[in-house]
Amino acid sequence: MRWLLLKDLLILRRSRLLLAMLIVYPVALALLIGLAISRSPSRPRVAVVDETPPGQTVQVGSERVQVSQYAQQLFSQVVTVREPSRARAVQQVQQGRVLAAVVIPRDLAARLSSSIAPARLEVIYNGDALEQSLVRSTLNSALAQANLGFSEQIQQAAAKAIDLLLAGGNVEILGAPPNLIGLSQIPPALHEILARQPPGPERRQLERISSFAGFAAQNLSLSKTVLQTVSQPIQVKSTLLHGRRTPLNTFAVVVAVSVSLMFIGVLLAAGGVALEREERVLVRLVRGLVTRERLLVEKALLSAACSFVVAFAMLAGVSAFVALDWSRVGLWLAALAFGAVAFGALGVAIGALAREVRAASLLAFLLSLPLAFLALVPAGSVAVGIYDAIGVVSFAFPFKASLEALDAAVNGASPSIGSPLVHLAGLMVLFAALARVGLRRVD
Amino acid sequence: MKVDAEPPASAEPPILSVQGIGKRFGARQALRAVSFDVTPGELVAVVGPNGAGKTTLLSILAGVQRPSAGTVLSPASAEGRGVIGWAPQAPALYSKLSVEENLLLFARLEKVADPEGAVARMLEHTGLRERARDRVELLSGGNRQRVNVALGLIADPQVLALDEPSSALDPRQRARLWEFLGALARRSAAARSTSVLFSTHHLGEVRRYATRAIVLADGELLFDGTPAELIAAGDRGEDDLEGAFVAFLAECGH
Repeated sequence: MRWLLLKDLLILRRSRLLLAMLIVYPVALALLIGLAISRSPSRPRVAVVDETPPGQTVQVGSERVQVSQYAQQLFSQVVTVREPSRARAVQQVQQGRVLAAVVIPRDLAARLSSSIAPARLEVIYNGDALEQSLVRSTLNSALAQANLGFSEQIQQAAAKAIDLLLAGGNVEILGAPPNLIGLSQIPPALHEILARQPPGPERRQLERISSFAGFAAQNLSLSKTVLQTVSQPIQVKSTLLHGRRTPLNTFAVVVAVSVSLMFIGVLLAAGGVALEREERVLVRLVRGLVTRERLLVEKALLSAACSFVVAFAMLAGVSAFVALDWSRVGLWLAALAFGAVAFGALGVAIGALAREVRAASLLAFLLSLPLAFLALVPAGSVAVGIYDAIGVVSFAFPFKASLEALDAAVNGASPSIGSPLVHLAGLMVLFAALARVGLRRVD
Repeated sequence: MKVDAEPPASAEPPILSVQGIGKRFGARQALRAVSFDVTPGELVAVVGPNGAGKTTLLSILAGVQRPSAGTVLSPASAEGRGVIGWAPQAPALYSKLSVEENLLLFARLEKVADPEGAVARMLEHTGLRERARDRVELLSGGNRQRVNVALGLIADPQVLALDEPSSALDPRQRARLWEFLGALARRSAAARSTSVLFSTHHLGEVRRYATRAIVLADGELLFDGTPAELIAAGDRGEDDLEGAFVAFLAECGH
C-alpha cells in the first residue's frame, strides 16, 4: 500500500490544476455559504413618498400622536430612499433602483382618527415572481412592525386619556375647563351630598347617578388592560429544547468546513479510483499485486487525509476571526477524522461505480451539492412529507452526520458527538461495501 | 471440426499447462474446454476471428479472470522469477508517471528482489533508456506499447502473455517489437528464456515469428500446431497462411 500511496501523491503533485481546484473551489464555496448563513438579511431599499403634511397628528382623547412617527417606524425596517412624488417613486421602482415604493397618503391622519374608513398605504413593486415574493414578504414584515409600533403609541395615548377620565385633572385641550373631576372621584363626592339629602325622588336620582359613576370607573379601569392586550394579543416566549444555543457565525464556520471536507474527500477518492480504471492499470493491479480491498482503503485514506488537513487548517484559520473553543480540539479532530473517512468511502463507491474520471467527478459534484443544501433545510420550511424524504436522503449520506458531529465538537450543540460518529462509522461500512461491489469487474 | 495437430516435439517439460479451461459469461460460453501446453522458448500465436475468446483466454492465464472450469498449471516460480507476465491490448500505464517510475512501481509491487536493477535491465532491453525520465503521456503509441510489454516482463516471468501487442503499431515499430520478443524467447534456458504467448490478427506475424499457432473460434480450440501445419490444414496448396486460415475456418463451419 505504501508504494501506491507514494504513487498517488506523486500523481497529485503533478496535477497542479486539479490540486488547486480541489482546494480553492471548496474553500471558496464554503466561504460563500458561510457568509450567506452568517449575515442577517440586508434591509431592502424602499422608496418612501410621505404625502402627509408636516406636524399632522391623530387625536386620541386629550392626547395627540404625530403621524410622522409611523413613517419613522417604517423607515427603521428598510433602507429609505425619500422621493418627493408618487411618479418619481414609480420611476425608481421601474429602473430597479429600489425594490418597492411605499406611498403614505395625505389623508392618513384623518382616516386614522375616523372610525369609519381604515387608513391605507400604497405599495408599488416590480420584478419577477421571486423578487415580488421577496418584496411582499419583506414589506409585509416591515409594515407589521411599523403598525405595531404605531398602535403601541396610540394605546399609550389612550391609556393616558383613560387615566385622566378616572383620576381627573387638567385636560390639555383648548377650551377645556381646568381641574376636571375624575370618574372615580364622583361616587365619594355624591355620598357626602346624599348623606345630607332627605329621602325622596331627588335622592333616588342622585343614588342612581352615583352607582353609574362607580360602575363606569370600575370598567374604564379594566379597559386599560384590554387595550394592552389588543395592541399585542400574543407575546412570544422562546425555549430551546436541548443543547446550548449555537451562535450563527460559529455554525456558519461548521457548515463551511463540512462542505470543504465533503468536496475534497469525495472528489479525490472518486477521481482516484476512477483513474485506476481509466488508465486501465486496475487490471494489472488486481491480478495478485494488490487486493481490491487494499486499493479501496488506500484511496479512501488518502482522500480522507487530504480533506482532513484542509478542513483542520480552515478551522484553525477561521479561529483567528471567530471565537472557537480550542479546549475542544480533541473533539474537532475526532469529528473531522470520522467525517473525512466517511466522505472518502462515499468517494471510492462513486469512483468504483462510475468507471471513468469525468463521470466520477460529475457524479460526485451532482451528489455533493444537493446533499449539503438538503442537510441545511430547516424543519417546518417545507411540507412534512418532503421534509421526511429529505431526512431519509440526509440520513443515507455522510454530510448531515458529519455536520452534526462537527457542530457538537465545535459548539457543543445537540445531539452530542457520539451518535453522529456511530452514524458515520455505519455509513463508512456501507459505502465501502458498495465500492467493493462496484470494483468486482475491473475491465 | 477440430484438427488434432501434432503437439510440437520438445524435450523440455511444459512450463504452462492449460487443462480443459472453460469460461461462461451469463448465457454466453466464451471458452469451451481449451487445453494446451507451453514449453520453454516457444512463441505461441493465438489466432481466431473476433469474439473467438482470445482475450478471455489470455486474461485467465494472466490471472485477471477466473475460469468457470478447468485449471492452469504452472510449476513454482524458479529463482524468484514470476510465472506469467501480462501485457493487455491497450497500454495499462500511469500517464502522469515517467517510464522509469512506472517500471519501478510495478517492480516493487511484484516484489522483485532488486527493483532498481530490474528497471535498468528492462530499460536496456526495450531500448527505452533515453526516454526513462519522460512521462508516459508524452510518448508515442509505439513507445507506450514497449513500456506496456516491459511492465509485463519486469518480474522476469517464465511466460509472457501479450494481447494483440502490435495492433497499434506501425510496420517499423512492429518489426522492432518482434525482434525484441524473439530475442527473449531465443535465450537459452540457462539464460532464463521467456516463452511468449500472444494473440494477433496479423497472420503475417504468425508466419514470420511464431513457432506455434493455436486457432480459437467460438471459444473452441480448433487447431494447435506450427504455422506450416496450419497452411497444410487449409489445403490451399500455396504458402498463404491468411488464405489457409480462412479456408480452415470455413471448413470447420466458422
